Order: sequence, then C-alpha cells, then structure tokens
Amino acid sequence: MELFNGGQIPLSKISTLGLEEFRTQILNRCHADARLVNFFGHLEPSGQVRLLAILGLDEEASLEILSTMISPASAQFGSLTNDLPQAHLFEREIAEQWAILPQGHPWLKPVRYHSNYRGAVDIWKNIAAKTIPGEYPFYAVEGEEVHEVGVGPVHAGIIEPGHFRFQCHGEEILHLEIQLGYQHRGIEPLMAGANLKRSMLLSESTAGDTAIGHSTAFCEVVESLSGCAVPARAQAIRAIALELERLANHVGDLGALGMDAGFLPTSGYFGRMRGDYLNLLLTLTGNRFGKGLCRPGGVLFDIDAPMADEFCYKLKKYKEEFQDVSDLLFSRPSVLARFEGVGTIALKDAKILGLVGLAGRASQMECDVRINYSSGMWQFHHVPISLGASGDVYARALVRRQEVFRSLEFLLKILPSLPAGDVFARPGPMRPDMLCVSMVEGWRGEIMHVGISDANGGFARYKIKDPSFHNWAGLALAMRGQEISDFPLCNKSFNLSYCGHDL
Amino acid sequence: MLNILKTRFKQGCKTLSFPKAPAPKLPLRYRGRPVIAGQEGGMDLGKISFNPDSGTAYSNDYRMAVSQREDLVLTQGNELVLARALNDKMLKIFGRSLKLRQVSAGGCNACELDLNVLNTPVFDLSRFGIQFVASPRHADGIVVTGPITRNMREALLKTYEAVPEPKIVIAVGGCAISGGIFSDSPQASKGLNTLIPVDLYIPGCPPHPMTILDGLLRLLDKLPARVR
Repeated sequence: MELFNGGQIPLSKISTLGLEEFRTQILNRCHADARLVNFFGHLEPSGQVRLLAILGLDEEASLEILSTMISPASAQFGSLTNDLPQAHLFEREIAEQWAILPQGHPWLKPVRYHSNYRGAVDIWKNIAAKTIPGEYPFYAVEGEEVHEVGVGPVHAGIIEPGHFRFQCHGEEILHLEIQLGYQHRGIEPLMAGANLKRSMLLSESTAGDTAIGHSTAFCEVVESLSGCAVPARAQAIRAIALELERLANHVGDLGALGMDAGFLPTSGYFGRMRGDYLNLLLTLTGNRFGKGLCRPGGVLFDIDAPMADEFCYKLKKYKEEFQDVSDLLFSRPSVLARFEGVGTIALKDAKILGLVGLAGRASQMECDVRINYSSGMWQFHHVPISLGASGDVYARALVRRQEVFRSLEFLLKILPSLPAGDVFARPGPMRPDMLCVSMVEGWRGEIMHVGISDANGGFARYKIKDPSFHNWAGLALAMRGQEISDFPLCNKSFNLSYCGHDL
Repeated sequence: MLNILKTRFKQGCKTLSFPKAPAPKLPLRYRGRPVIAGQEGGMDLGKISFNPDSGTAYSNDYRMAVSQREDLVLTQGNELVLARALNDKMLKIFGRSLKLRQVSAGGCNACELDLNVLNTPVFDLSRFGIQFVASPRHADGIVVTGPITRNMREALLKTYEAVPEPKIVIAVGGCAISGGIFSDSPQASKGLNTLIPVDLYIPGCPPHPMTILDGLLRLLDKLPARVR
C-alpha cells in the first residue's frame, strides 16, 4: 500500500500478508531500491499483534506499508536481520515491546529493558523490576592480549548516559558494543494514553536538542488525521525554527569536534555562537530549544516585520563570524590530520546499515527528507543536498559546515518574504482507526512519527523513530580498527541522541 | 598563528559583566517566573512545563532557584523564597571552589545542554570557582537532570555515594524535581528528593542558564546585593 509523507490510510485498508509473503516482499523490495524506514508492532483488539513495515523509496518520494499478523499462540517470526542488517534493532525492539521472537536473530538483546506491552512472559525471562541495562552478556573477543574497556553509563562530561564496551587489542578496537536504555522514560505508551495537549509536550521532550523536529512531526500527524490545513505562514515559521535548531547544533558540534582534536580557539567561539542561534529561538518562541512553538494547527508565535529584520541583520553577522571561525578550523593542519581517515564508513556499508541524515550524507548517501520527502515549506523552497565524499570524521564535519551555510542562505531568503496570513488554524477531531506517517529532517536526520488513531480522539499506538535509532550502529562500525583514543572524536562526529533512541 | 590572533581580536571579550552589573534583559517572550493572579491554591514551579498554552502568564524574571521543595509552590501575594546560602561551615569548604559531577538520569538533553552553556565564554562559570569534573570522587556534589529513570536509578545512587562528605545535591529542571511530564510513567521517579536529600532546586523546562547561574551564586553567597 503506497503512502506519502504526511499521508494517512485506514488501518483496515492496509493489506495483511502471510508471514512468508511479508518476509519475502520486504527482502525483495529492500534488495532492490527500498530502505527499511520503520518496523514495529501494534496490538489489535483481537489480541493479535500486527507487524507493520514501512519501506522508503527515496527516489520516488513514496513510502510503502506492509503488514502481517502474529498470533499470541506462536509469537514468533523468521528474523530478517541476517539478510537485511538494517532490521537488527527494529527486531530487537519488537521482541522487547511485544514478546515476539525474531527467530534466528544474530544478536538478540533487549534494547531498553522494560516489561513488554502485552503482559506476556519476557522472551529473555528478564524480570523488569530487577534487570538493569548492562546486566547482560556482551560480545567478547578472546585471545591472549585482548582486553576489554567499559565506559559509562555515567560519562566524564555533561552528557547523557549509555554504556560502551570495547574489545581491544592494544590500542586497536576490534569491536564496540553500545548498550543504551538508561534514558528510557516510556514515551510511546505515555503518548498512546494521554490527551493531545500532553502528548504535544511529550513530543517536545523526546529529545530536547531536537524539540522542533519532533514537535513538528507530531503536529503533522495530528493535522493530517484531523484534515487541518496549516496556514503557509505557520509552515514557514516551523521551517525557520527547524533551521535555527540545525544551525545551533551544527555550530556547537563543530566546536566540540575542534575541542576533541585539541584545537581550543574554535571550540570557545563556536560554543558561544551556538548560543546566538538558541537566543534567536528564545526571542521567537520564549524557550531556547523552541519548546512551545509548534502546536497542531500551526504555531503559537508569529514573526512580525521588525523581528524578521532583526533576525536578518543578526544572521548576516553570524554568517561572517561563522565563515571566519570555520576557516580557522578547516585550515589547521593539526585538525585536519585528526579528522581525515578516522572513523570511515564506506557508502556500501552506510546503505547496508540504513544510515540516515548527516551521517549518511557524509558517506555520500543522498538522503534528506527535505528533498526526498518534502512537505510543508520544503515543497516551495529547495535546499541543495550537502554530501561528503570520504565518510570519515572530516566528511561529517564538512557536511555540517556546508549545511550551516545553506541553512543561513535559506533563512536570509525566507525571512523577508514570509507568506501572509494567519499562523494558526484550529484542528478538528481526528478521524478514528487511521494510520498516519510524518517525516521531518531533523538536524541529525530522518525523524518519523507514526500515529494510529482510536475512536476516542486519541492514539491507540504512537511510534517515534529518532534518526539515532539507525545511526548508533554506524558509530559502532566506524570504530572498528581505530584506536581507542579516536572514540571521543568519532562519537562527537556522529553526536547521536541517547534519549531519542531510548524514548 | 596570525589567523588565530586575528580571529581572537575580532571575537573580542564576550563574557557577561553579571554579577557586577545587572543581568542582560531577556527577550519579551521568555517564560520566566509565573505570575499568579486570582488562582486558588498555589502553583508548583517544580511540576509545570512553562508551556505558553497552559493558561499561565509568565514574567520576564529568571530568578527561580529555591532551597526547599515546598518553596517552589508559588502562592498569591507571597514572594518566592529564593535559595539561601549554604551555612558558614559549608561556605568555608565550598565557597571558593566547588566541583560538581553532573548526572543525566533520563533528561531530554535540554537541561544538560544549558548546563554546558555555563562553560562557554559568555557565562564562564570557572570565574566563580565552580567547575564540572569527570569523577564523583573529585566532586563536592552532584547536579541531577531528568526524571531519574528506573534504569538510571542505581547508577545515580552509586555516583552519589562515591562523592565524599560533606556533599551537596542540586536538582535541575522540572523532571529532576518532580518527574515533570514523565511523573505518570512507571519508568520515572517522582523527583530526586524522594531518593536523596536535595540542597538546591532549579525549576524550568529547561531552566535558562541565567536561572541556573543565579541559583549557584545564591548557594555560594556570591551575588552582590544590587543584583539579588
């Protein structure tokens, strides 16, 4: 069944395939030109679990949705991971959320350590009240001079918790296993039970550094399901906020990358310049992360002419400053020597893993929701894609630099010519028993929200996918064969979300 | 080298003159301390999300850090009792050098990022003798963000235990103070003070860096009377 970004479909219209047919179709499509964008379970009133797979055909800007039913009696299906590695984490998530066994999964571990949603016996026989993340065997390399390094969950800096387990031979990393789940707050079940006002706030706090990205995705789901036509001016303001969010994070990351390469001047400057963009968001929305801006139906804050002028004036100044400081960073031989050839991911591997967003583009993958699945303002404003060539830390830094310039150009173009009209149109009730998909290119990459509406004006199921869900495996792969001292630099070059992954 | 110097010159000094001079004026739309008007009962600053569509009016005042949980409940006609300084004995130990270990326990990363911002040249936290350190063994206290998820509870308590006595505990953000919007989740706690004693509560979603700085400086008695 075909679907577009922001499109909806009655749940009853989604074809239900036999298990074998479901499997074969996914594999055939993904071995041709599709990508596994989402794969999750939904508990039907009958007590069966419907597995839904969403495939993305990036070049045709269309999504395809397939489903199959799993009965509680058998509660298993043949794992796709051996034939389609990008399914690995989705299958672990399904196993954990619904106690359904993906038979033959090569590394079946819990993702977030919680009890399953249908009250069945946990497939690992874990007792949720007792088990904590990390209390589970890690992949181990054996040999005389092989040693293991464990880091986290509490890290050295002011960052989120996660556990990293390195298998090393001397300084060389043979394997890195990343165990997350410490940040798990249970957002998906909260979203399904809550009223829309509360769900809105939950979406803003899914990942605070991507508040605009996730809240836009949530709004688009509600707007689509309620048939609300969002005013063009509101869409423009959302796009402006999304790019300010991208700018703040990219600029901050470049500073942190300089710091990890041992070049301090730029880290101080970029660190402060990141604040400039957050302060623009504060001026616009009253919150430095843009919380409170997007609401189903539009935005709560308008940009009047003096504010647009002020933003343009400041952004021109920030552009100059960024040019200066990034030139300093990228012309420094000691920095380039640290960036180049470290943590490389080849295009082939990026595609196999199904990387998205910035990390994918650094490996030359042409993936950008703003271009491939454009919705809202992106249908009228074309932002050129920024691709890296080498797939290493350098490429991930360079793509950020390029995107900073392109976001600035976009803002300087759109701010003086905002569409006229209102910024809010009150949405009506949502149609029941529909499934809606929305995608947003957050600063890390592809965010996808899927909402399945119930008869009471809320959601029966709400699925959130942060780009980090795909990309953490990319970081683990990038570390193979690198030195352990390269880890902080590589980690920063991906800068993935822990809470976006853990939900 | 010349380029480094040239950029350094162009960048200039960006550090706030606060607290010698008053704090910079925050934008009009900034949602600071709520304005209570005609409301029955009180409003718990440790629970609200500071969202614009909550029916609450917000002032531009960033000062909201308090010393006791019940002080966060704002009632009509009563001023907020802002955080008081540590006692003399503690001030003697920590007044000139305070090392803190940050623990993110389910935070959405907004509070964490705005704590990090205090280390940028604008706020330059180290000029007050306050520093974030890598090990709890080197720390005088912990700063906790997030609703303290079930999966982080043990790591948080272990970190707390690893900090030598005497120690201070700071809860940053609505989630750490009360569980925030996650307080209904079986995965989250109902607030840091249900687990360990807390010395400073800094509300917000996330709190503005000025709110955090103001709280820290009050705790260490480093705020001159004219900016209190």
